[in-house]
Order: sequence, then structure tokens, then C-alpha cells
Amino acid sequence: MNGNHETLALLLFSAFIAVTLAITTWVGRNRHGSAEEFYAGGRLFSPMENGFAIAGDYMSAASFLGISGLIALFGYDGMLYSVGFLVAWLVVLLLVAELVRNCGRFTLADVVAARMAERPVRIAAGTSSVTVSVLYLVAQMVGAGSLVALLLGGTSGAARSWTVIGVGALMVIYVSLGGMRATTWIQIVKAVLLMAGAVVLTVLVLVRFHGDFNALLDSAAERSGHGSRFLAPGLRYGGTWTARIDFISLGLALVLGTAGLPHILSRFYTVPTARAARRSVVWSIGLIGSFYLMTIALGFGAAALVGSAEVRASNAAGNTAVPLLALVLGGGEGSTGGTILFAVVAAVAFATILAVVAGITLASSASVAHDLYASLRRPGAKQYSEVAVARVAAAVIGVAAIGLGLVAQDLNVAFLVGLAFAVAASANLPVLLYSLFWRNFTTRGAVWSVYGGLIPAVLLVLLSPVVSGSPDSFFPGVDFQLFPLENPGLVSIPLGFLAGWAGAVTSTDPPDEAKHAETEVRALTGAGAV
Amino acid sequence: MRLDDPWYDALASGWGELDGTGSFAPTGPPGPADPRRGHSAADIYLEVQRSEAFQEVRRRYRRFVVPATFAFLAWYLVYVVAAVTAPGLMARPVAGAVNVAMVAGLGQFLTTFLLTGAYARHARLRRDRAALDLRWETQEMTRGAGR
Repeated sequence: MNGNHETLALLLFSAFIAVTLAITTWVGRNRHGSAEEFYAGGRLFSPMENGFAIAGDYMSAASFLGISGLIALFGYDGMLYSVGFLVAWLVVLLLVAELVRNCGRFTLADVVAARMAERPVRIAAGTSSVTVSVLYLVAQMVGAGSLVALLLGGTSGAARSWTVIGVGALMVIYVSLGGMRATTWIQIVKAVLLMAGAVVLTVLVLVRFHGDFNALLDSAAERSGHGSRFLAPGLRYGGTWTARIDFISLGLALVLGTAGLPHILSRFYTVPTARAARRSVVWSIGLIGSFYLMTIALGFGAAALVGSAEVRASNAAGNTAVPLLALVLGGGEGSTGGTILFAVVAAVAFATILAVVAGITLASSASVAHDLYASLRRPGAKQYSEVAVARVAAAVIGVAAIGLGLVAQDLNVAFLVGLAFAVAASANLPVLLYSLFWRNFTTRGAVWSVYGGLIPAVLLVLLSPVVSGSPDSFFPGVDFQLFPLENPGLVSIPLGFLAGWAGAVTSTDPPDEAKHAETEVRALTGAGAV
Repeated sequence: MRLDDPWYDALASGWGELDGTGSFAPTGPPGPADPRRGHSAADIYLEVQRSEAFQEVRRRYRRFVVPATFAFLAWYLVYVVAAVTAPGLMARPVAGAVNVAMVAGLGQFLTTFLLTGAYARHARLRRDRAALDLRWETQEMTRGAGR
């Protein structure tokens, strides 16, 4: 990778940053400063706009570069990820999107607190939402650091650290100055760029093989060095039984976690009605599904045209598979076409990271200001407006994420993302589903369900081989590993559901029938929705 | 209730009509759903929840969503478990380089798209109108009701 890539990529990065800052300024020029405006962008986005924004919020650099890289290295096993990421949207569409839009105002806790004693429920749901967001945010920051350094050739620690700091500063600016409106437009721009980039590369790959998918698979299998085993599962997750069960655990977390991600839930509040929320999810499923189909072609294309060994030599995790593929498709190292395509892919990856971190920062600042601050504020203390608190919270979360991102630079990004999904599925999804669908759910059930999922998920990770007891651990020197799996989902998700059930049946207070009626009527009809 | 309610879109043009769900009109004759003064909002929501029209909307929603959810979750879990426990079966060739695993994986994409379309269609044709009527009626009743 010579200097030309870097110059052009840096130019495109700067162009994207300029455009996004222009959006932020333009949006902020006559802002009202209301909570409605800051958290939900005025609630008047169209389903198509919101569908693109959801896709932009959800498709992280991990999916663009990570999944195609996994396919390029391990063949079929990389595909398993993309299936989980897509099927998860059916949970969102069928069980969550419309009902949450009808019942809530800004956050997950709104939906639950409508039926329950407000304070404990808000504190619980706010805590778990912030935990999920921070985990996901750190994953994206760490990914951003290593990715940009990798794409620009500067693998030094300083380049990575400065990237993390720069990304953090930008996301704080977008969120605290532009709120949901700026974040949404940045996500829309990013989704369009990402889809366009993926389409161009996929078409180029298919043209190379004259549109013959079979020939693409055959030459991928051949270049990979694994033969037909490359096209079947087992290369990555087919080892020990622990590894296999670990993958089932991850698969469960992926499919159930999406519906509990705070930054995804908050997107449904940006459209006027439940019907619009449903249509935006249909749009986003179309976009996300076709995107993951293209990553399959890109991954096998990278294996066939670049070769698995070359991909692994460039980056052991496979993250550079797509940029290398772009280089080959454009005409090879040193050619003009290759330079341009490589720079475009790098810029798209950068745009992807910025849009995703902005969405998460906004959702977590909403949880802090709307749920935690509003519930924990001392009654006599001076009252600040919620939006002012949210802006400050965005800055604080940004600083915390930069700090954690710098400390955790060596953690595996895919693992952090899997963990965020596991916590979301264990702590957020059970309480959400129980509140929406179970007549006899109570305050105690809600609180138990959140902590009963959150605490086991975090504890099991602390006791897992990720933290201690193996050479790749965070603390390789010590060994307090008790739990064999890297992903806690298989245990902590059932625990979250179980704790919610146990809390509800042991409650001393009877369930509030009228509040349940209100939630159910509002959820299914939209009566009284804001 | 705001008159510029964004629900007032194309669908809302005929909100007063009956659609076979037995929903009641807001200005209709006094009946079980009559907005009576002095009713609290809680009573109104309980009343709406017990009404035949609401039960029908809920029934239609659940009849689609519950079986569909179990079906796609089961199909996904079978796929994941098969991928990690039965690689031999998944590697069996189907046509050319395409094997069972590839067909199953692309099948997951296909079923997701199909179910999305089916759900959107079901909701649009079978549920939206009735839910919208109920929304207006409930809001009409809760307007001015004490909470």
C-alpha cells in the first residue's frame, strides 16, 4: 500500500467529515432545543428515510469489513454471522417496532415504566441500556482505531490513539450540537455510501466471473487452500464442543439482542406512527438483507481473487479483505483504478464507524438524561433542562468511550460486539417482551428481569476465558476462569427471562390490571401515542 | 387530540366506517363504550380492552405473530445447531459447488424476506384500519376524562 492510497483516502475522509459537520450546523441553525427535537428529530422522518437511517445505524464496520473478512478466511462459517444479524430483524418487526413506537416516548424505559412503579424500573432499564451502549461504543472505537490505522498504513500506537480520540470528538460534536436530526441524516448519507460501495464491488466481482456464482465459489474454494471444506461449515466453529456451543450461544445472542439495542429502539420514535415504524423496518430489512447478501459475494470474491493466505498475511482477523479486493478489482497495486477503489472503501468504512458511534452516543445520552438523571435527581436540587443534561451526558459518554477505547485497544472487536448483543438480549429484551405481552407482570418482575439478565451476563464474562486463564485473555497472567464459553448468551438470556417470571410471581403487590389494559390498548391501536 | 395528528394520512380518510370488526362510532348511540363523564382514563382503557373490536384486533395480531415467531426462531436455531453439529450433512453437494449449507443459508435470507412481506401485508390489510378506528375512539373518550 503506497502513499497514493493514503492521500486520496485522507482527502475522502476529510470530505466526509466536512459534509457531516455541515449537516450538523445546518440542522442546528434554528433548533428549538425541545426534548422531542433532540431525542426524536421532531418525529417527522418518512419511513424510507428512517429505513435508511436504521440500516446506517445497524451496519457497522464490523459487518462491512469483518464479515467479508471472516468469509474470505473461513468460508462458510463467516456467513453464519450475517444470517443471525438479519434474522434478528424479524423479532424487531413482529414483536417490537410498532408496539414500542406506540407506547414509548424516547427510550426503552418509557415502555416499561408506563405500567410499573416508575423510579426503580427507570433506574434498572436505564442502567442496562447505558451498559449495552457503552460496550457497543467501545467495540466501535477500538475497531475504528485499528481499522483506520490499518487502512492508512500507520500501524503505530500513536495513529490508533489519535483516531480513537478524533472519532470520539466528532461523535460528541454531532450528537450534542445536532441531536437526532443530524445523527439521522449522517446515518442516511452513510447508508447510501455503504450500499453504493457494496453494489459497485459486488458487480465488479460478478463481472470477473461472468455472472457465474458457481465459478466464483469453485475458484474461492480452490484459492483458499481448503478445497470444498471451504464451502461447508466447520472451519472456524467446528473444533471442540466448547467452541461449537460457544457459537450457538453467540447465535442466540445475535438473533435476540438486536431487539434490545437502545440505539435501534430509539430510531422508531423518529417517525410519526406505528405504521411508519413498521414500514421503516421493512425498508431496513430490505437494505440490510441485500447488503449481507453482497458481503457473501465480496467475501468469496476476496478468497477467489486475492487468496485467503494473502488476506491473512495482511491482517490476521481478515479485516483488510475488502480493501485488498478493491485494489485487485480496480486493476491491482499502483493502478489508478485500484488506488481510487481502495480509497473509496476506506472512506466508506470510516463513514460507517462515525455514523454508528453517533447513533449509540445519542441513545445512551437519552438513557442518562431521560431515565437516570430524571429518577436519581435529588428533589431539592436545581433543575436543569433535560436536553441540556443530555448534551452534557453525550460529552461525558464520549470522553468515557475514548478512555475505554484507549485502554481496551487490544480486545477483540467481534467479541465486544457479541457481548453487547448478549447483554441486550439478557437484560433488555425479556423486560420489554414481558411488559408488552404479559398481563401479570409487575414492578418487581421488571426490576428482577433487568438485573437478572444484566448481572449474570457481566459476571459470566468476567469469569470467562476472555478475561483470564488463556494466552489471549485480557489478563493473561492470572487465572480465575470458571465459565468455559466466551459468549454468555446461552445462560444469561434464559436467566433474564426466568428472573422476570420469578419476580412477577413472587410479587406481593398484585399486577395493575388497568395499567396493563392501557399498555395493551395503546400498543396495538396507537391511542394516546405522542 | 390534535387535528394535525400525523395518523391522519391516506388511511385515515375513512375512519368512521365500519370494517366488519364491529367497531363502534364515537358519536354512536349509547352503548357499553359510551364516553361517560366522570370516567377515569383507566376505566376507559379497561372498557376498550374488553370491547369486541379490540379483542378482534388483538386476535388477528397474535394469530399471525405467535406462530410466525416460533416458526422462524425454530428454523434459525435448527440451522445454527445443524451448522455446528452436522457439518457432514451440510457439506453434501446439491448442484455444482452449491451444497446443503449454502442452500440453507440463502434459504434463511429468502424466508426472512418472505415473512417480512407477509407480515407487512397482513398488518396493512387486516389490522391497520380497525386499529386506527379504535385509536380515534379511545382518544375521543379519554379527552377530558380524569386520570
